[in-house]
Amino acid sequence: MDRGRFLATTAAFGAGLALAVGANGVVSLASAADLTDGAPDPFATNAWVFVRPDSTAVVRINKSEMGQGVVTGLPMLVAEELDLPFARIAVEVAPAQDRYADPGFRDMTTGGSQSMANMYPILRGAGATARAMFVSAAAAQWNVPPSECTTAAGSVVHAASNRTIAYGAVAIAAAALPVPKDVPLKDPAKFTLIGTSPKRTDIDAKVHAKARYGLDVVVPGMVYATVLRPPTFGATLAHVDSAAALKVHGVKKVFPVAAGVAVVATNTWAAMQGREKLKATWTPGPAAHLDSHALFAEGEKLAKTSGVVVPTMSKGDVDAATGTVHEAVYRGPYLAHAAMEPMNATAHVRADRVEVWASTQVQSRVRDIAAKIAGVPAASVTVHTTFLGGGFGGRLEVDPIADAVEISKTMKLPVKVTWRREDDIKHDYFRAMSVNVVRAKLDANGKPAAWEHRVASASVFKRWLPVAFNKGVDTVSVDGATPAGYTFAAKRTVFADHETGVPVGFMRAPGANWNTFVTESFLDELAHAAKSDPLAYRLALLDPASREYAVLQLAAQKANYGKHPAGRAHGIALCEWGGSLGALVAECSMKGKQVVVHRVVMAADIGTVVHPDIARAQLEGAINYGIAMAMDAKITIKNGAVEQNNFDDYTVLRMVDAPKIETHLVASTVKPTGVGELGTPPIAPAIANAVFSLTGKRVRTLPFADALA
Amino acid sequence: MKTLTINTKPHSVDVPDDMPLLWVIRDVVGLTGTKFGCGIAQCGACTVHIDGVATRSCITTVGDAKGKKITTIEGLSYDGEHPVQRAWVEHAVPQCGYCQSGQMMTASALLAKTKHPTDTEIDNAMTGNICRCGTYPRIKVAIKRAAELA
Repeated sequence: MDRGRFLATTAAFGAGLALAVGANGVVSLASAADLTDGAPDPFATNAWVFVRPDSTAVVRINKSEMGQGVVTGLPMLVAEELDLPFARIAVEVAPAQDRYADPGFRDMTTGGSQSMANMYPILRGAGATARAMFVSAAAAQWNVPPSECTTAAGSVVHAASNRTIAYGAVAIAAAALPVPKDVPLKDPAKFTLIGTSPKRTDIDAKVHAKARYGLDVVVPGMVYATVLRPPTFGATLAHVDSAAALKVHGVKKVFPVAAGVAVVATNTWAAMQGREKLKATWTPGPAAHLDSHALFAEGEKLAKTSGVVVPTMSKGDVDAATGTVHEAVYRGPYLAHAAMEPMNATAHVRADRVEVWASTQVQSRVRDIAAKIAGVPAASVTVHTTFLGGGFGGRLEVDPIADAVEISKTMKLPVKVTWRREDDIKHDYFRAMSVNVVRAKLDANGKPAAWEHRVASASVFKRWLPVAFNKGVDTVSVDGATPAGYTFAAKRTVFADHETGVPVGFMRAPGANWNTFVTESFLDELAHAAKSDPLAYRLALLDPASREYAVLQLAAQKANYGKHPAGRAHGIALCEWGGSLGALVAECSMKGKQVVVHRVVMAADIGTVVHPDIARAQLEGAINYGIAMAMDAKITIKNGAVEQNNFDDYTVLRMVDAPKIETHLVASTVKPTGVGELGTPPIAPAIANAVFSLTGKRVRTLPFADALA
Repeated sequence: MKTLTINTKPHSVDVPDDMPLLWVIRDVVGLTGTKFGCGIAQCGACTVHIDGVATRSCITTVGDAKGKKITTIEGLSYDGEHPVQRAWVEHAVPQCGYCQSGQMMTASALLAKTKHPTDTEIDNAMTGNICRCGTYPRIKVAIKRAAELA
């Protein structure tokens, strides 16, 4: 390890990065230029942990905080292995450099509930390695074997001679040592921090208005902008009359950009007012006649007649199987992410370098798009990550960053671009609409001798990560279509890529958030066809030794499944997401034509639970997000344009309709598998299954508001 | 030039009368705790107190706010220890946190009027504030806790 670099880097933390949360909750926004010199870093073997002379530490993480708790859960891994009190740790988001690549995404990306799963061994290892170096340094100073030393509360201890030295006091000596390889990790039985719920590191900042989101970025000398985007998908600007816009108090400049027309002003409001005054004409693109009704008809035809077999989700001879055939068609609409923080970004393009401040899930992509637009090498782009006002997959896209960089390049000034909520809704990368055809052949006992699930939906990977769109199969689009836990003698999963011209992206539990609705609703249909209880029917299809079986049983037991007040019903559903398993029971009643969700009881097996309270909060939030996706929300397309505008016509869950939620976590010592999305897929089918018990009506099209109207 | 009283301090601002208070607070005065969420009074992220009443600053013009007492999240308490803020920490309410300024401003206005609100009173007061992270169950518990702490 390079001692000079260690100290220089340590000293640099006074300035902080875009998002730096101290143990005291102080958040700072400052330049990270000193950390992005692009030079090969001799400290890269452990670029995560920096211990200061006062025995406090900074832990750098490569993940974005969007509410899921990475600024708390990830540094806990380091603190546990390092034996450093958690309160002495500050955390900051790393710059967009390759050495901070996530091992799964191979770049700096936050998504797929993978932060804890992917970083668990790496950050524990970083803490354990640092600890070993402090032990070696102290042992050398005392002239005792390292094996006689222990650590506790940020100090090295030599019990035999009754000596203790704080990490900070041996920091220089430790930094001079070679970095040891393959340092053993703690026995989980000896964890003292993992499995507990220390105060979230971001909570004070978020309660005291000190948290800075993308929209809060202020750069000296900056101007404010918004962009008028085309009214229909794929339309291009023909002409714009900006005379009236330029008369608006505060508007400085109006000019065409790749996405439409930029209005630059001295404040956000002036930019938005200017935008209202633009008179633009557009040349329609090939998607100008898109219509949701036609798209659903097209999707149904595709689902029934075409597609590619998904080998990993198919087995045996479905066609040869015999039995009573059950078939159903399910339809799910486009949905918008609608995170509370509307899309925005700030950029400052200079001749030789670019700075971007963004609430983003994809720092590497931000860096690359900024470099491309500004015409500088990627190494000349500094990405400052702020807090994210919600992500849900919507911030895996970089359109507002492209806006900000392009406008700043023209203005030669720092520029903050803010999208109106209407733009955030209409120009989202939507959860794809889907038409699903499901078929089963039930044997004499009512069990599925064959299962077929045909999904017609648009591939996201084809655009977002083409290498992952393999032989016509998008593994995310079919996620949850044929759950591996259920025993089907023969099964076939088919994917038909329904490319429509409507931009689609990843939304919380992508693929599974819709396919699980289909699968778990259809299993309920089969249970009723077999005159079996839906819980018993599912259990009979599961291996009694499986985690699926255990989690379903736990949910049923905790919910007192089947025992509910008169006028209510229980619906049950199971879900697998990224190796985590969840089951829930929704207790519902009907109020006229509206379904009311009173109470949800969820059991989850997410492997080792690092921070139980955050895990519970994620389940609660994911369930409520799933309710919002199913109750009223839909994005419809007419004449190539999105019909919805804002929260008045894109209706999301509000407190008055939010149920009581109980969560139960399965004790586990296997590696963590993520919890941010698990609660979303099973809630809608559980509600639909309760609705069937209450009304005899099988809901196969969402949202519920339309299906029950 | 007009003078606004925000968090008991006078601020002179040179803006048109029809400019929404939200953007004056954020872009001109520079207090960014009050959030932009929808611009049409549907989400509550921009909630401030005007003469003690929870108000959507995105549709309140600066002209209408002149001469009134404006309180933002930054001025909810002088030490950041308003019972609502303490309860929000105690129950770990925020996830992304973006809507929470507005949630706390609405909740504190409710509690100023109704010392111990019922579930229905909480629902009625809070349902104009959207939280996409779905922290509603914790907000409800925290409001009751804040009522005890007050």
